[in-house]
Amino acid sequence: MTGTPLLEIQDLHTSFRTDGGTVRSVRGVSLTVAKGETVALVGESGCGKSVTAHSVLKLIPMPPGEITAGRILWQGRDLVPLPPREMNRIRAREIAIIFQEPMTALNPVYSVGEQIAEVVRLQMRLGRRAAMDRAVEMLDLVGIPDARRRVGDFPHQFSGGMRQRVMIAMALSCEPQLLIADEPTTALDVTIQAQILDLLEEMKERLGMAILLITHDMGVVAEAAQRAVVMYAGRVIEEGAVDRLFTEPAHPYTRGLIRSIPRLDGGLGRHGRLQTIPGSIPSQYADPAGCHFAPRCPLAQADCLAAQPAMSGPDPDHLYACFHSPLEAPAP
Amino acid sequence: MSVGPAAEPAAPTTWQRFRQHRMALVGTVVLGLLLTVVLLGPLIWSVPIDTIDFRARLALPSAAHPLGTDDLGQDLLARLLYGGRVSLAVGLCAMLVAVVIGTLIGAIAGMSRGPLDAFLMWVTDLFLALPTLPLLLLIIYLFRDALTGLVGPEVGVFVLIIAVVGGLRWMPVARLVRAQFLTIREREFVEAARALGASRLRQVVQHILPNALGPVIVVGTISVAEAIIAESTLSFLGLGFPPDTPTWGRILFDAKDFLSIAPHWALFPGLAIFLTVLSINFIGDGLRDALDPRKVR
Repeated sequence: MTGTPLLEIQDLHTSFRTDGGTVRSVRGVSLTVAKGETVALVGESGCGKSVTAHSVLKLIPMPPGEITAGRILWQGRDLVPLPPREMNRIRAREIAIIFQEPMTALNPVYSVGEQIAEVVRLQMRLGRRAAMDRAVEMLDLVGIPDARRRVGDFPHQFSGGMRQRVMIAMALSCEPQLLIADEPTTALDVTIQAQILDLLEEMKERLGMAILLITHDMGVVAEAAQRAVVMYAGRVIEEGAVDRLFTEPAHPYTRGLIRSIPRLDGGLGRHGRLQTIPGSIPSQYADPAGCHFAPRCPLAQADCLAAQPAMSGPDPDHLYACFHSPLEAPAP
Repeated sequence: MSVGPAAEPAAPTTWQRFRQHRMALVGTVVLGLLLTVVLLGPLIWSVPIDTIDFRARLALPSAAHPLGTDDLGQDLLARLLYGGRVSLAVGLCAMLVAVVIGTLIGAIAGMSRGPLDAFLMWVTDLFLALPTLPLLLLIIYLFRDALTGLVGPEVGVFVLIIAVVGGLRWMPVARLVRAQFLTIREREFVEAARALGASRLRQVVQHILPNALGPVIVVGTISVAEAIIAESTLSFLGLGFPPDTPTWGRILFDAKDFLSIAPHWALFPGLAIFLTVLSINFIGDGLRDALDPRKVR
């Protein structure tokens, strides 16, 4: 970990009250993002990674959603009790977010320039002309060719990848210190994915911001992040530097995730089939006493069902929540 | 910068898109003409609207009376010009009242979840279910004297009619706006706006409302026609303007008993209403398309 933490989430709990009961989407997540680093938040669908990210900006619908416990320290200041007005001043100006669906995240009735300019005018109190100039500058920065002329075009006149660039331009127009990228490449072609990841990397360098990258794609993690936090069923189960995580994953779930990446170099099993993690994620209503992964875990023993393992590890830069991590035993 | 012959043209502005809508353009010209005529006409054609001349009863159009006369020998052109002011003003104002109330209630219902939404929709259903005519009678009997005493008979009746006609036509607009809001507020660009620090009011005004406007405009244009007709119904029942105030609807109703002997009497006010309604509908169509940037013609 380098530098002082920009964002520090401590033991965050976020729940949704539904007719069927309370869904505890996030059950005690702690993570930090330091200045200028890219942290990947990894996990499969429904593990609570998006809810965690949306909780930071308090974008979860309240009600039915609620942050029931924990603190979200932004440069030392807790965002959880902050009133909406104060929160609006942090959004875009200090923390910005981009979403998965570039096709629908832009308002169809305004030109892209007007939309970027709106954010700039709202947050930076610039005049109409200055805001428009800023919009052109941003579009140029994110690699929209001929930005001066395209600034008056409407979202439907752009392709998906270009729209994601526009979204990035909009999110970065006020030079935030942290960008939360919620599956920014999931809806895009593989070639465009790489371009968008490159763009994010370039923007990060240029603006000196940090990125919290939400993804389920281990390939994206390997390419873009320095550190990764793996979530399972609303909890963090492993975190550490990305190269460590890939070479010596400690938690059986992380191992499963990495093994389930298709590989070209014959890493497949004997029958030539991709390895999967048996079973499926537990119900979000369930509240077992022990490790949530235990029912699917090949290494589970009796103690796994009795208590929840805490995050630990011999090295403070690589922590995991498992009683029987294969790291401590000879590798299978 | 490479600007070759293949460079695509910049996106058309709202006005350019509106201009491409030929019928909307025709509608605008016709409505503009009608407005000019009823506003300036009485200054040029200065025949009084209430000069009774029994020698010229039910006269066909002639040089002295270009549109003929009614059963009292009153000049129809003068009455039509004067009545046009009232009818157009009532139609447009009542439409505005209906659209504003409907949009407000629909927007509040669509944005609030739970009890408030349920209550507002319950009120809307209640208004839809109410028998309009007895309610009209009641309101007009209750408030006409108070209002006319306050601001004079002409203005008093005008305000009352607009309030009543507009106030009983907001329900379809409210339901439409609510339905639009329910879908649009879940669209991702609204969340994106929220994520970038837009307040709730800004989300509604800047992002949701413009996307909900298309169908509202169409309903609004239809309600102009309904309001003009509704005013004539009121006049017919003796609840609208005083009988000696000509409005298009009023003239039409007076003429109905003489259709076989003096068809011109009904023809001209009917034509005026028809032209107004049609041109407003075309303008509505054009506006809806012009406000939607995805429309490429």
